[in-house]
Amino acid sequence: MVQQISIFVENKLGRVAEITETLAEQKVDIRAISISDTSDFGILRIIVDRPAEAAAFLKEAGYTVSLTDVIAVGIQDTPGEFAKAMRILADAGVAVEYMYAFVSREYGKASVILRVSDPEKASQVLEGSGVEILEPQAIYEM
Amino acid sequence: MFFQQDVETMSRKDLEDLQLRKLKYMVEYCYNRVPFYHDRLGKAGITSGDKIKTLSDIQYIPYTTKDDIRDQYPFGLLAVPMKEIVRIHASSGTTGKPTVGCYTKEDLDMWSDVVARLAIAAGARPEDIFQIAFGYGLFTGALGLHYGLEKVGCTIVPASSGNTAKQLMMFRDFGVTGLVATPSYALYLGECLREEGYPREAYSLRLGLLGSEGCTPEMRSRIEESLGLVATDNYGMTELIGPGVSGECHLRCGMHFAEDHFLPEIINRETGERAEEGESGELVVTTLDRWGMPVLRYRTKDITKITYEPCACGRTHARMAKPMGRTDDMLIIKGVNVFPSQIESALVGMEGIGPHYQLVVRRRNFMDQLEVKVELVSSELLESYGALEILRGRVHDKLKSVLGLETKVTLVEPKSLERFQGKARRVLDLRNQPEE
Repeated sequence: MVQQISIFVENKLGRVAEITETLAEQKVDIRAISISDTSDFGILRIIVDRPAEAAAFLKEAGYTVSLTDVIAVGIQDTPGEFAKAMRILADAGVAVEYMYAFVSREYGKASVILRVSDPEKASQVLEGSGVEILEPQAIYEM
Repeated sequence: MFFQQDVETMSRKDLEDLQLRKLKYMVEYCYNRVPFYHDRLGKAGITSGDKIKTLSDIQYIPYTTKDDIRDQYPFGLLAVPMKEIVRIHASSGTTGKPTVGCYTKEDLDMWSDVVARLAIAAGARPEDIFQIAFGYGLFTGALGLHYGLEKVGCTIVPASSGNTAKQLMMFRDFGVTGLVATPSYALYLGECLREEGYPREAYSLRLGLLGSEGCTPEMRSRIEESLGLVATDNYGMTELIGPGVSGECHLRCGMHFAEDHFLPEIINRETGERAEEGESGELVVTTLDRWGMPVLRYRTKDITKITYEPCACGRTHARMAKPMGRTDDMLIIKGVNVFPSQIESALVGMEGIGPHYQLVVRRRNFMDQLEVKVELVSSELLESYGALEILRGRVHDKLKSVLGLETKVTLVEPKSLERFQGKARRVLDLRNQPEE
């Protein structure tokens, strides 16, 4: 399973800059990033090349950090492809909690990071219907 | 074990006779030697010690307030020539001029006696090694405990406050068994000790004498758990002498006054009338034999209650409850009295958040608003906003039930709230500032 890092972020000017600087100092490469916020705090979610190490660096720097299993799927850049994947999950009764996407030039497809209610089942049904599930290593090294 | 068993266990009758004798002498002493008291007592018609016939006649003596002491800054309340004063202390003075305390040799001797009493009552023994992590200097805490513990025969490590890594190193290397610190600093030391990851066996700590600021039972158990010691509270203030006015015995059911030196009363803080026994109100204390700078009926601003029931430890001196707050740190928010200690009690022990907090009071649209900042420590809740909102809601509801007030709860990053090495300053009142 792909490991995602979640970081609690106070709504303060420069906070995300500080966090990403911590990662830069440790030469951690960020693959994908997503943040949403309420009025006083946010949760920053990132996919990086070395998740366990990066989480440890951040913890050491004093952040509240957790690692979560997410799945990554490769979606062909054609109208209707992503809708198909969503339909498969819906029909299988798997709920999507949140998601974000990124595109890598070499890979050629869009990669979508999904946090779902049941990652095992989601991988199974998607793969069974021919949707490409990306291996963790493939994402980390992308 | 006792330090001065005869005095500490004397019958109430003998103790009250002793107090009356000392009070009469002290009233006359003040009348004759301190112009401020000459004036005050004269106006009240108390022109000699003989006017005081019974202990309850103390009610005819006017109160002395913090402002009175401030007005007499620095030496207006001296009862002896300066050459008899051997030491000067002063309070932190966060508001205006500091409060000055002047001590004769006899005063210092009495002071170390009362501290030795409370230390032994709490369980200190001559073989203990005590690290004093109060800031040394003008503050009465460090030197007060220092000389009292030295009188017990303990080994003193005068570490002073700050340099936490070194504090922990000395705990281990010197085999320190006792800690003197403010509750907030003790809490911080406990946190650091945990992080260092040394096993409990690397430390010999067994007893903590916490003081100089309030500590809720919940905060205390957290300190005890993290440092592996039993903590007792003690009480005092520069205006009266420093720490040593009262302190808990090992049974921890109230702080025993050193009643042969400090005569306590409880009054209704609004009307100034004496409260019934067992009723809570403002603590008023008269020093019975402090010669350099005596104080009659000092209004401490601390809200507490007193019991005269003898304690199972054998001591007969009155016990005061942990102050539930101070009349001056009490916040009035939307007309509701709020003591930071209530908020602390509600927060300590809640899952997902740390024990540190900060209170910010603002005015929004001419209405008071209380913001409570707490640190998020549980990373498991990062899965969703929902979980964080539920935590925030739980804190909010708990505060609502304790205070009867709506608060704005803000989650902040761990270790982002200030840690205090001396007295904690957790309240930020911005109500007289322009609205943001």
